[in-house]
Amino acid sequence: MADRFRIALAQISPRLADVQENLGLYEKAVAGAAEAGAGLVVFPELSLTGYHLKDEVPAVAARLDGKVVAALRELSRRVPLVAGLVEESSDHRFFNSAIWLAAGEIVAVHRKVYLPTYGMFDESRYFARGHSLRAFDAVPMRAGLVVCEDFWHPSAVQILALDGAGIVICPSSSPARGLGQGAERDDNAHTWEVLLEAMARSFGLFVVHVNRVGYEDGVGFWGGSSVIDPNGQTVAKAPCYETALTIAEIDPAEVRRRRLAVPVLRDEDIDLTIRELERVRREQR
Amino acid sequence: MSVGTPVVSPRAGAAPALTPGPGTPASPAGPPVNPPLLRRLLVGFLRDEVRKTGAERVVLGLSGGVDSALAAMLAAEALGAANVLAIRMPWRLSSAESLSHADLLAVKAGIEMLTIDISPQIDAYFERFPDADAMRRGNKMARERMTVLYDHSARIGGLVVGTSNKTELLLGYGTLFGDMASAVNPLGDLYKTQVWGLSRALGVPAEIIDKAPSADLAPGQTDEADLGFRYADVDRLLWAMIDLRWGADELVAAGWSRSFVDAVEARVRRSQFKRRLPVIAKVSERTIDRDFRYARDWGL
Repeated sequence: MADRFRIALAQISPRLADVQENLGLYEKAVAGAAEAGAGLVVFPELSLTGYHLKDEVPAVAARLDGKVVAALRELSRRVPLVAGLVEESSDHRFFNSAIWLAAGEIVAVHRKVYLPTYGMFDESRYFARGHSLRAFDAVPMRAGLVVCEDFWHPSAVQILALDGAGIVICPSSSPARGLGQGAERDDNAHTWEVLLEAMARSFGLFVVHVNRVGYEDGVGFWGGSSVIDPNGQTVAKAPCYETALTIAEIDPAEVRRRRLAVPVLRDEDIDLTIRELERVRREQR
Repeated sequence: MSVGTPVVSPRAGAAPALTPGPGTPASPAGPPVNPPLLRRLLVGFLRDEVRKTGAERVVLGLSGGVDSALAAMLAAEALGAANVLAIRMPWRLSSAESLSHADLLAVKAGIEMLTIDISPQIDAYFERFPDADAMRRGNKMARERMTVLYDHSARIGGLVVGTSNKTELLLGYGTLFGDMASAVNPLGDLYKTQVWGLSRALGVPAEIIDKAPSADLAPGQTDEADLGFRYADVDRLLWAMIDLRWGADELVAAGWSRSFVDAVEARVRRSQFKRRLPVIAKVSERTIDRDFRYARDWGL
């Protein structure tokens, strides 16, 4: 079918605090994606820098008008891409950002809104939080970006769906942990599978989750990147715990068909939602 | 009396001083084992964390016990048997069984093994301090073994693999800067009962798994006699207390004896210092660790 669209899931194992080395991994994945005829290649959260950066955050941060992003712009001339990096703003705040680039231009920037700061996570210590969730026009369709923990907040995905996104892209650095859910994958991977499928079905959109692999200070990342279609079916799934460049071929028309069959989004009552949320906020104060 | 998950149970010793309670507590069963997934995560961990330092090889002490046996099997799988050096370090009163079990495992894993008798240096030292008690002697031996491992790590350009499990680390049942010292430890997040389960799945010889665990620092010593409770019991308690965050009152309400809960909680707290770097007096704006914060892998 002519309209089908290929997405490459670049499940890489970045090296901590080594942007040059990781740019090399990006180049390789972009070459592989081009060869596979992909129209988009998605990289994991903070995959240009590694995850457990701590005090290294400022040292690896990139300005949108700087050299590292210029290199990404060049790469995006071969295949459009979603990169994960530390973004430094002009007033020197540091964001855990996902950037969509195509044909040498920045299409969209999403600054991670929900920075996990509990248990093994300490993101609020090092990053400023983002303040917006916006869908944007892109190829193959209007899209939204979230980063890892953002996806655990259904409201984030719902806002993007209501804003017109037919596809939500979620780069992650999600650590493996928990042994209770079978031999194939850890408990966290299992939870993600449930969430990804639920969001795709609930909002009738494609969900693209790209998670890294490798270890940092003993923490392993589970990979298992996937694309779920609006019916909740898995279009493609990368292996867990090893690097992969997985190609998913989607039929964008699935969004329309799903929403004809299950018009939940049409029936959404934004006014009611806002009204009740405002009441809840009042009462929580 | 025995409660907890029906995993392998070591040879029964004397009745422990502390038992869970009159019945079977209603808190969750002990930690899951899941050998295929554990194997995957731990082999991947060793391969990744060792190789990214630039090393290919590792060295570890083989005591004849199950922890070092499992660590050796995992290291051999991760790095290739030829890249694993095992060292037996008996003292003159170490049990012959420990030595033969270490040998058994080295053959099973196909790894090179050295034997280095630490009696000369240990005995020479304690000739000057003949009144030293068993704890001082045991700690000295554990630290002597550590220095041997680190010396050979320098000789072969390899890392020292640690073998302390989560139960020991939480209870502080180990020697600081002795057996607790290592560069990478695949077992530190596994309870003893998980070590048993994974060892069985990976083919560690049954005689190593089934014997009563012992530090073998004195003849006839066993861990469970030292600790005063059974691993099967304490693992189930720690799993609920540490991993599932059940409070002491909740555990007692679920049927655990107050004395057991209190004793274990106290041990965990008292041994916190063993799980941390030494305390540094803060005088600057940017003190190592407190303000100067980097991952260990950052340095690689």
